[in-house]
Amino acid sequence: MKHIVIIGNGISGTTAARNIRKRSNHTITIISSETDHFYSRTALMYIYMGHMKYEHTKPYEDGFWKKNKIDLVRDHVTDVHPKTKSLTLQSGRSIEYDILIIASGSKSNKFGWPGQDLEGVQGLYSYQDLERMEQTTKGISQAVIVGGGLIGIEMAEMLLSRKISVTLLVREKEFWNNVLPLQEANMISRHIRSHHVSLKLESELKEIQADEKDSVKAVVTKAGETIPCQFVGLTVGVSPNIEFLKDSGIEVKRGVIVNEFLETNIQDVYALGDCVERNYELPGRKNIEQVWYTSRMMGEVLAQTICGNKTKYEPGPWFNSAKFFDIEYQTYGNVANVLGSSETDFYWEHKSGMKSMHLVWDKNSNQFLGINSFGIRLRHECFDQWLRENRSITYVLKHLAEANFDPEFFPRYESEIMASFAIKFPHAELNPRLA
Amino acid sequence: MRAVKLFGLILLLIGFILFNATFFLARYKLTPEVIESKISEGPSRDLFFQTSTEMQGQTFATSFSFVTELRKNFEAINQEQISNYGITQEEVFDLVARSGKQFTLASVDSLYLGGDEASEFKKKAWKDYGGWLEGREFLSPEELQTQLEGVVNNINQYAIINQVGFDRYQVKDLTYSITKASAIGPVASNPLLFLFLTIGLFIIGALTYILPKLNLLPGIKNNGIFFNAMKNTGWLGILTGTWLIVFYIILYFYPEYMTNWVIVVDPVSRVLNGNEAGRFFLYGFIYTLCILVMGVRMIIHYRHSKYQILRTYSVMFFQTAFAFLIPEILIRLNKPYFDFKNIWPLDYSFFFDSRINELVSHGTLGLFMLGWGVALIIIGVPVLVYFFGKRWYCSWVCGCGGLAETLGDPYRQLSNKTIKAWKVERWMVHGVLVFAIVMTAGVIYTYWTDASWFLFFDSYKLREVYGAFIGAGFAGVVGTGFYPLMGNRVWCRFGCPLAAYLGIVQRFKSRFRITTNGGQCISCGNCSTYCEMGIDVRWYAQRGQNIVRSSCVGCGICSSVCPRGVLNLEVKEESGRFGKPILIGNNHIKISE
Ligand SMILES: Cc1cc2nc3c(=O)[nH]c(=O)nc-3n(C[C@H](O)[C@H](O)[C@H](O)COP(=O)(O)OP(=O)(O)OC[C@H]3O[C@@H](n4cnc5c(N)ncnc54)[C@H](O)[C@@H]3O)c2cc1C
Ligand code: SF4
Ligand code: SF4
Repeated sequence: MKHIVIIGNGISGTTAARNIRKRSNHTITIISSETDHFYSRTALMYIYMGHMKYEHTKPYEDGFWKKNKIDLVRDHVTDVHPKTKSLTLQSGRSIEYDILIIASGSKSNKFGWPGQDLEGVQGLYSYQDLERMEQTTKGISQAVIVGGGLIGIEMAEMLLSRKISVTLLVREKEFWNNVLPLQEANMISRHIRSHHVSLKLESELKEIQADEKDSVKAVVTKAGETIPCQFVGLTVGVSPNIEFLKDSGIEVKRGVIVNEFLETNIQDVYALGDCVERNYELPGRKNIEQVWYTSRMMGEVLAQTICGNKTKYEPGPWFNSAKFFDIEYQTYGNVANVLGSSETDFYWEHKSGMKSMHLVWDKNSNQFLGINSFGIRLRHECFDQWLRENRSITYVLKHLAEANFDPEFFPRYESEIMASFAIKFPHAELNPRLA
Repeated sequence: MRAVKLFGLILLLIGFILFNATFFLARYKLTPEVIESKISEGPSRDLFFQTSTEMQGQTFATSFSFVTELRKNFEAINQEQISNYGITQEEVFDLVARSGKQFTLASVDSLYLGGDEASEFKKKAWKDYGGWLEGREFLSPEELQTQLEGVVNNINQYAIINQVGFDRYQVKDLTYSITKASAIGPVASNPLLFLFLTIGLFIIGALTYILPKLNLLPGIKNNGIFFNAMKNTGWLGILTGTWLIVFYIILYFYPEYMTNWVIVVDPVSRVLNGNEAGRFFLYGFIYTLCILVMGVRMIIHYRHSKYQILRTYSVMFFQTAFAFLIPEILIRLNKPYFDFKNIWPLDYSFFFDSRINELVSHGTLGLFMLGWGVALIIIGVPVLVYFFGKRWYCSWVCGCGGLAETLGDPYRQLSNKTIKAWKVERWMVHGVLVFAIVMTAGVIYTYWTDASWFLFFDSYKLREVYGAFIGAGFAGVVGTGFYPLMGNRVWCRFGCPLAAYLGIVQRFKSRFRITTNGGQCISCGNCSTYCEMGIDVRWYAQRGQNIVRSSCVGCGICSSVCPRGVLNLEVKEESGRFGKPILIGNNHIKISE
């Protein structure tokens, strides 16, 4: 029986702990300085908006941990000492481990802008960030959000729910165009505007101005525009949260370096989740992936390895999802913002401007590569299988109806999509009706 | 938009305040006409006339004083009759002296020779209540005396009041109907005006408040719910809950005080069924309006979801047509009251002798109704649950469900999601089902055999207890009164025996399940929070397991609120329903068990 210590009670650390518990009798301790119990970070926005309370975001009841003999420690790890296999905590306490799992997640990026540490300027990552936001947005009327990503759009929705007007500064040509192809990015931009967000595209932050009390008063863009505001949300991405490791001897670059078994350079020290940087390539994937699903999958894999079944982290085809105000988004496989040289695509948009589908395939082999879907739910299982089986675009279109995951009675669009596809690609070999 | 909403709110409040004021807005005066119209001709009516002479001249300022006085009258009459017809201790001594150790009815005959009415009554009472002692021999005269005193007790307590006085059921009915008929004042003389000023203003206000929601873009709009004093068990929620609880208690247990409310809907009742309104007409009327008005809200709120829209139309239709209009029209046509969508054991009195007799006495139509009701129980429920899940009833047809899904929708997030609550729920709801079955078995047994004693119970007592505690207390007072306190499905979840029955079928033999979409769940908790049945949907979703729960009413809200498109209510072939949890996306991990 070993003592397994996990730094971080997010989805990755928690998944590892739960799965280790199912397979073994090891002593498990989870240390986190953020909250007493695991909660769902992805639901932070809903607490602010009054859809849920904090306790609703906890996926397990508080008694779960004791029942499953998982010890929880609320403290901050300040140093890791691999030589003595011990940790120093902020409280002065020291904890020894046999196996260490680093699951410390991310922190919000800041790029050294003038005024970025003023009162009323913040990112949104932790529960403490949320509490701060709750405080600093009380009674204010204008906010500026810098950065057009998923957290930026969530922050916009949060602020609007409190009747605070929002200006969103986005560097790209359309919202999230660094990830989405132009068509979808444009559709989402329109939707954002329909919610009365002042969306400023191709604009960047120059500085944040303070009032006499060192609170934010306005932001100035690179184009020279001054936008008065009492709150600035900085949502320009996140990066691995690994400062506390800098003197530990554990190899880090942007994140903690791990191999395919999620091992670090040091024996018995593993890392997973948002904080890792893979030292090997996976096709179509970046080496740092900061999403819920990959963090969870790493937890599942590492638990196997630790319990004696050494397993590689080999995620299947990429998938992700999000929601932009009222439009749900799902993606399977790879749809890049700019087509690759051997790729071609088909884009369909419903006349409402609230639904669209974008399929990408290989020009030469017709192999289906990926899909973006907005406003129409798709069945993960189908696309996972089709991508693994290297199915053709024709096959996917022909079976598109099987992959529909919308609730009963919802209008269906497959035939409209096929018809519009046939107009654009009249040649027989691509026609799903003839295939 | 704000101004319109505010205006709506004010109208709604005025309507509500006037409705409450109406409760007190009457004086009461007992007239000979009222007595004649409410008490059928005979010695009881004459007695009542005599006893109530003093009361007849008076005007009472409140229903409370009037009802108190009225009750005193009934009490006085009963006392009087007991002294007229009661059997005295001397008579018992006399009988014992005449009988020695052996009792015969002949000795009774020899005791009462007067031939007057009282003597005849007593003779008959001895026969009815003491006939079983005929010819019995006891060890001593004292022992016989004890037996006879028991008989006398029964006679004095029941026989007299039942036959020549007013028993408690009559007192209850008469107090209510006489009070209603004796009301004078603005409401009684202008019921239509007050219908408009109370319920009418309330509806107009509510719709004015609701309709501007159309200005919001379609989509899930749950902003601020947990900051809202109404929707998060704040002061407003507690106040509303208290009002509802008091309303239900009055409705079920003290209807004689709320007659002024009933008067308000008299005109509606006259139009529909030709009679004046009863309290349950009022209740049905308000109930239907709540479902309709709040149904409009529900449709606007979820107008991006066809499933929610159709489901809401469905409950609005079934309530209005099946629960409200058709039964009233049946009454107008002199046919038995019948709600074609109500199913035993929710409709717990379905097998009561009074109802069966009524149906049987109506020939073909009555027999059809009887057959229809039985067919729903033994064919309708299992077959439809097999093909669609229990939702076909609970969130598409049922009246309780209809109210929960419309009036109760703003409170769905208040259901308790803990494992402990789930445990309590299983014990309670199945306990009520057993209770309903035993009670009904007793009723049927008594119907066939005429014996009231069934197993260890008195079947009359049992149905009375069921009616009061489950039918009125649980389904009504707790069921709706607790909306703002414990969510909108307290009754459906913890108390409804039909839900328990539907649930057992759904759990073990159905094609219905909620599927989860591969690995897309982000454990956010929206689904669990908004599940009115307190199912921890996320628990299943985050491990990729189908949700197959007996309590799921298939409202589809979990699927609607999920921001990642993870949940879908599906009907598929039965195999694979209880699949192992699977989270797709990880090559080497097939099962995350
Ligand atoms: C607002 C928001 C919305 C998001 N929405 C989505 C989404 O919709 N879909 C999606 O896929 N992803 C989403 N993400 C990203 C997703 O939440 C992360 O990828 C995921 O939470 C990472 O999990 P993790 O376990 O690696 O780390 P984390 O969840 O960050 O957990 C790490 C924990 O470790 C603690 N910790 C760190 N260092 C120490 C230390 N030295 N001592 C003690 N404790 C320490 C931290 O306080 C934290 O509690 C969102 C993120 C945010 C902020
Ligand atoms: S199923 Fe949907 S609503 Fe429920 S926890 Fe998962 S993502 Fe959230
Ligand atoms: S599980 Fe979903 S469909 Fe079933 S009752 Fe709960 S919210 Fe409704």
